[in-house]
Amino acid sequence: MAYLDYKVAQIPTGWRKILHISWPLVLLVTAVCCIGFVMLYSVAGGRLDLWAEPQMYRFAVGMVLMIGLAFVPMWFWRGISVAAYVVCFLMLVAVDLFGVIGMGARRWIDLGPIRIQPSELMKIALVLLLAAYYDWLDIRRVSRPLWVIIPALLILAPTALVLIQPDLGTSIMLVAGGAIVMFAAGVSLWYFAIIAAAGVGLVTAVLKSRGTEWQLLKDYQYRRIDTFLDPYADPLGAGYNIIQSQIAFGSGGWSGRGFMQGSQSRLNFLPEKHTDFIFTVLAEEFGFVGAISLLTLYMLILGFCLYSALTNRDRFASLITIGISGTFFLYFAINMATVMGLLPAKGSPLPLVSYGGTSLMILMLGFGLVQSAHVHRPR
Amino acid sequence: MKKSPREIQDSSRMITRRGLMLGGIQIATAGALAMQMRSMQLDHAEEFRMLADGNSIKIRLLPPARGLILDRNGIVIAGNEQNYRVTLTREEAGGDVEPILRRLAQIIPLSDARIEELLEEFSRRSAITPIVLADRLSWEEFSAIAVNAPSLPGVTPESALSRHYPRRGDFAHVMGYVGPVSDHDLSRIEEPDPVLRLPDFQLGKIGVEGRMEEILRGKAGARRVEVNSTGREMRELSRQEGEQGATLQLTVDAALQNYAAQRLGEESAAAVVMDCETGELAAICSSPSFDPNLFVRGISSRDYRALMDHDHRPLADKTVQGVYPPGSTFKMITLMAGLEAGVVNAGTRFFCPGHTELGGRRFHCWRRGGHGSVDAIKSLEESCDVYYYELAQRVGIDRIAEMARKFGLGVRHDLPMSAVAEGIAPDREWKMRRHGQPWQIGDSLNASIGQGYVLSSPLQLAVMTARIASGRAVEPRLIRAIDGVRQPIPEWPELEGVSANTLRVTRLGMDAVMYGSRGTARASRITRDEWRMAGKTGTSQVRNITAAERARGVISNEQLPWNRRDHALFVAYAPFEAPKYAISLVVEHGGGGSTAAAPLARDILLFALNGGLPPLDAVPSDQRAAMEARHQAMDLFIPEPPRNARTRV
Repeated sequence: MAYLDYKVAQIPTGWRKILHISWPLVLLVTAVCCIGFVMLYSVAGGRLDLWAEPQMYRFAVGMVLMIGLAFVPMWFWRGISVAAYVVCFLMLVAVDLFGVIGMGARRWIDLGPIRIQPSELMKIALVLLLAAYYDWLDIRRVSRPLWVIIPALLILAPTALVLIQPDLGTSIMLVAGGAIVMFAAGVSLWYFAIIAAAGVGLVTAVLKSRGTEWQLLKDYQYRRIDTFLDPYADPLGAGYNIIQSQIAFGSGGWSGRGFMQGSQSRLNFLPEKHTDFIFTVLAEEFGFVGAISLLTLYMLILGFCLYSALTNRDRFASLITIGISGTFFLYFAINMATVMGLLPAKGSPLPLVSYGGTSLMILMLGFGLVQSAHVHRPR
Repeated sequence: MKKSPREIQDSSRMITRRGLMLGGIQIATAGALAMQMRSMQLDHAEEFRMLADGNSIKIRLLPPARGLILDRNGIVIAGNEQNYRVTLTREEAGGDVEPILRRLAQIIPLSDARIEELLEEFSRRSAITPIVLADRLSWEEFSAIAVNAPSLPGVTPESALSRHYPRRGDFAHVMGYVGPVSDHDLSRIEEPDPVLRLPDFQLGKIGVEGRMEEILRGKAGARRVEVNSTGREMRELSRQEGEQGATLQLTVDAALQNYAAQRLGEESAAAVVMDCETGELAAICSSPSFDPNLFVRGISSRDYRALMDHDHRPLADKTVQGVYPPGSTFKMITLMAGLEAGVVNAGTRFFCPGHTELGGRRFHCWRRGGHGSVDAIKSLEESCDVYYYELAQRVGIDRIAEMARKFGLGVRHDLPMSAVAEGIAPDREWKMRRHGQPWQIGDSLNASIGQGYVLSSPLQLAVMTARIASGRAVEPRLIRAIDGVRQPIPEWPELEGVSANTLRVTRLGMDAVMYGSRGTARASRITRDEWRMAGKTGTSQVRNITAAERARGVISNEQLPWNRRDHALFVAYAPFEAPKYAISLVVEHGGGGSTAAAPLARDILLFALNGGLPPLDAVPSDQRAAMEARHQAMDLFIPEPPRNARTRV
């Protein structure tokens, strides 16, 4: 228990913890969420009740959750890490067996008033477990094959369950999130290089095998790849969303077309504008200035998290902070890249901004953990 | 476990190093994102702004030309023709469409009722959906609309390709037809091609058109057009043509199909001609037929009702969907089962007194007086029922059913047509499953002569005949080539468990049907030696003949209402020595197989063998005059020689 090695007395207790919360981080998160409210108000055509208001309530709940979690000491997280992982894993199995089908995939467990999406909770639980694992593991063994295979399996088991839901996007997020923790824990770079090389090889194989007898993907999956590489090949079908998104994005120009003036959004050329394509609306209405500002806010959040992680001498806490902020980074980078046409279209929300309760709550839970790590850092 | 300070130091150093690396990666990624924002929003903003301004540039889909369907000689049996039509989009018309429709009515015939109908449709559909006002306009009407375009906002004259079936009714059942895409169609497709949402796009509904839709449809093209604020097209910016669907070549022969259709005439009948070697279907004809072009245009309810109410059911495809008791054409199966089981040989004789008594019931032979002593060949030649009653009791139904399945009866054959029937080759297990009753010996007797529970389609009978002729497990085939690539024909395996001797006896029996002195189809024989044929007649009852009725004397078919008369069946193949074609023919409620079905089948078979009209010297001399008269009354389809064919000087 590395944490007990430090001078316990210097760690704040009771209500004094509130003074040690990273308030800049709270402010940044609030600022990003406020941008979200404004955009939700705008895409609803000036209606508050449609999306902005429910989102505000959720944010309020999420804020209380985050502050509340900041008070929870680190030993608690370490203690529940294995249990949390197992519970999430069992829930994933349950979802695959008898979950609610929505949008063509089984993702939800229905518990009366609330619906739980275990794959989202798993993102946090996986980071927790891996952090606890590397905290426990002798640092000299980190790169030994056996001790690399164990966390790899811990990552791949839930990923496989999510993949058969099917939810490719979340599976990728799980793998990437886990990989970030492994990376930060100091697993040899060779492993990552080999995985990267294998990935490149696989992509090559997939593309080369097309039309041959051992074709690896289904035809419609290849068509998606085609659409990504050249959306104009299917301008009214699969390419439609991404073309319209690019038009909206680009037409924002330097300062945008003005609040609630985006023609693409107003005229419904843009799909899913309150969720996956909300960044496009921001870029259209507030232009380059708006888009780069949001990116900057996100990067500042990352900066604070990284600073907290690097100055924290508790290995477990550092790894949690890096894992969660890394997952957060993947969230917004993937969404932004998608709406700008840099990645193939795959429904993913913009963190803290897109409408949606589950995503917001999970993020606030994550930031609560980051705060907890920050408050209880050894001094 | 306590960690040494050294370890803690290592750990935090590693985390710092890796954390900074991660931070670097994140900053680099953010930089890339920012660069893309810069590129789109600063460097290319003008272009995107132009695109966005009322989305003044629209992308319109160009529907692809549907793939052609050809017969085996390259004759078009489903093509595309130019169709001039006008559409109107409510949004582009400025909202009120009625005055525009009234103005248009002065240029082209547009009845008040039609205008009402259109107004109703406009109110239902979205404002941006173009709606077809009139279809199949003449070139004059089309150009008159184009000239008057300025006074008709929102009206677009356009030319589109429309499906056309030049052979009309001949291939209606094989080909199926295309029709407008319905919501039901869309809901069945997982990722509907956006082109399906175009107004009046045509989708294959049934038959080959329906089953081969994927490869016939082709790939949509697109054009980018600049539109003004009312949505009117100002100019075309770029155009990418679609790809036409694949050309499908079928195995059928249009000339033969046409002859078969005319020879069947107004009868409610079906004929299937199959190549004994390859399994290729040379003709597959259901009569009466209908004009599939009516469905392409949208059939009027009056025409549709006429087709539905017709008692000869023109919409049904009797060749593959219709199932009939095969009657005596099934006797080859029973005989072969008996020969293979060893309960009889070619010389075994049974005595036919005209009936068989079994368990207090009397099973009659079709000839009241009986056939006397009958062996295998004579049993087929004269179609003696009692011989098969005796045989059935010795072989048992399960071996008969197994033999039937071996010859393609009671088995669904894979053809790209709609609702291909499986038929029934009944056995003990089937009856228990289907009716929950044990098999009775009387059922076996009925089944042995193709009555009772046995049901088969004309297609299955043709497959059976082709297998008897070739001794191989030939499967029917309908697709000859796709985009000029010949589909490989498998080497059909020899039938297992059917000895050469069994096949020889059966074939000789079928030969005797045509050429034996008492052969049931002797009148319908081919008199040319090189086309010597083998066949079998069948007459299947549609009703039960009660004992009381039999006592009164069975009513002859002519006295019965049409739909209670017997079905007439005939199967045959030729030439006897080197079989080329097998045929099966069913005339619903036609009466006796030898009089109603055999002559038709013989003539169609002759057409196939000759590659043209049957020569008069190939039929018995007393039938030649009638045949000639019939030929003269026919309006035959004479295909033009394909362009690449060598011309003889």
